[in-house]
Amino acid sequence: MLDLLKRPVHTFQEFILLSIRSIRGVFRKPAYWGDTVIQMDLIGVGSLPVVGLTGFFSGAVMALQMSRALQTYGATSQVGKIVAITMVREMGPVLTALMVAGRNSSGMASELGSMKVTEQIDAMRALGTDPVLKLVKPRLLATAIVLPLLTVIADFLGLVGGWFVASVMLQLTPGAQYWETAWRAIEYNDIAQGLIKPLCFAIVLSMVGCYYGMQTTGGTQGVGRSTTQAVVVASVWVVVLTFIIGRIFTNL
Amino acid sequence: MSPAAQPPVMVFDGVCLAFGGECVLDRISFEVARGETLVIQGAAASGKTLILKLALGLIRPTRGRILLFGEDVTEYSDAQWNGVRARIGMLFQEGGLFDSLTVEENVAYPLLNQLRTPLTGEEIRRRVEESLEFVELGHTLDKFPSELSGGMRRRVGIARAIVTQPELLLYDSPTAGLDPITATTIMALIVKGRDMSHATTVMVTHRHQDGELLDRYRWDPSTGSLAPAEPGSTRTRFMVLREGRIVFLGTPAEFDACEDPYVAKFASR
Repeated sequence: MLDLLKRPVHTFQEFILLSIRSIRGVFRKPAYWGDTVIQMDLIGVGSLPVVGLTGFFSGAVMALQMSRALQTYGATSQVGKIVAITMVREMGPVLTALMVAGRNSSGMASELGSMKVTEQIDAMRALGTDPVLKLVKPRLLATAIVLPLLTVIADFLGLVGGWFVASVMLQLTPGAQYWETAWRAIEYNDIAQGLIKPLCFAIVLSMVGCYYGMQTTGGTQGVGRSTTQAVVVASVWVVVLTFIIGRIFTNL
Repeated sequence: MSPAAQPPVMVFDGVCLAFGGECVLDRISFEVARGETLVIQGAAASGKTLILKLALGLIRPTRGRILLFGEDVTEYSDAQWNGVRARIGMLFQEGGLFDSLTVEENVAYPLLNQLRTPLTGEEIRRRVEESLEFVELGHTLDKFPSELSGGMRRRVGIARAIVTQPELLLYDSPTAGLDPITATTIMALIVKGRDMSHATTVMVTHRHQDGELLDRYRWDPSTGSLAPAEPGSTRTRFMVLREGRIVFLGTPAEFDACEDPYVAKFASR
């Protein structure tokens, strides 16, 4: 039993140690701002289309599915409220994080994994550069900056998707009423939850991607394995964390 | 201080290394004096590369001591290691070149990151060009490593290793996976690097020809090619590893005369 637990506990310990070193590294020099900006472009600008489409269609689908239930109760005017609360609290942060996990955690794992198996990370250390500062820190910082921004964009486009279905396609509610109910439904608690979640997800997504990349062994096959593991672990953590954070906020 | 009075450049004293309880290097003890050449041979997974990684501080020994340039570096932190690493040049097995940087940026990397006294852009450019000319790749400055052949990547790796004019040069299987002609070119550059800078050289290889070349040849600057060396003048020694243990350490003559069947497989007879 102990032998079975040894490996996951060791992995978790190594992951936490790397996370601590990276978060500490944020306050240490050199800053590597150039690398951070490149990563922000890769993660932020690169993920915009996929995050935008996901946000828009999830809002649209939500309005579509809700339409029948709300019509039953004669509450079609509330569609904006439902879309807004669901998008801002849950769907926006979670779907954005899952998209970024699929796109960027895998990218980080494969990029750093390839560097590891071709001895580039060893060479970096041998040539006087700390790979945690040079490779992990910019990815952590960039994800922490762009994921909340991507989430806000996904939330807004989700609301637009909901408006398109509710007001333009099905004409359940006038546009002005849709936006009014949506705006009034959102409280400070929802906004805080909707921004704290992506920040926590950002740390997990970037650290999982970098951790699996830095731990890669076994040539190109190992790179593939690390990439898959990074996406799976990051996605599972997103779902687990959203529950934990949601639970904390419902008690506030 | 005469070379004989100087401390050895590298000392391994009873070094053991274990991964997950499995011993991969067992009581490794040897010294490399200034200006000496040590050729480390052995079968795959015998621990040859690990010795170089220990010597660069990329992994820590489980037991024993490592001394470099007279300093005990066994317990050094990464920050302390950086000062020591600046005196060492290393060629990794696959070259270890950064994919995202051009050849020029790769070779300039140690100059920008390792030297305590910053150099001017002009000086960096001059030294990078010199170093690339040394390996006859002066025309590849703007190329990326992916645009180069395997042999050219190793040559750029050599240029990067020597650009800071280190006192100790480490080569990890420099000819692995190369055709015989390219392998000879690479070995000629290693001999040239050793003889031009008088650096201490430690080379891991599984080809007996590589060790033989380092022992029996020297770089002749007048002809710009290799020339036979006086016996013993290259101060070369051989070490053979088997399953993490040293089974032979001695001079070329002792190496050739060794009757151990395992060691004999690596000797040139």
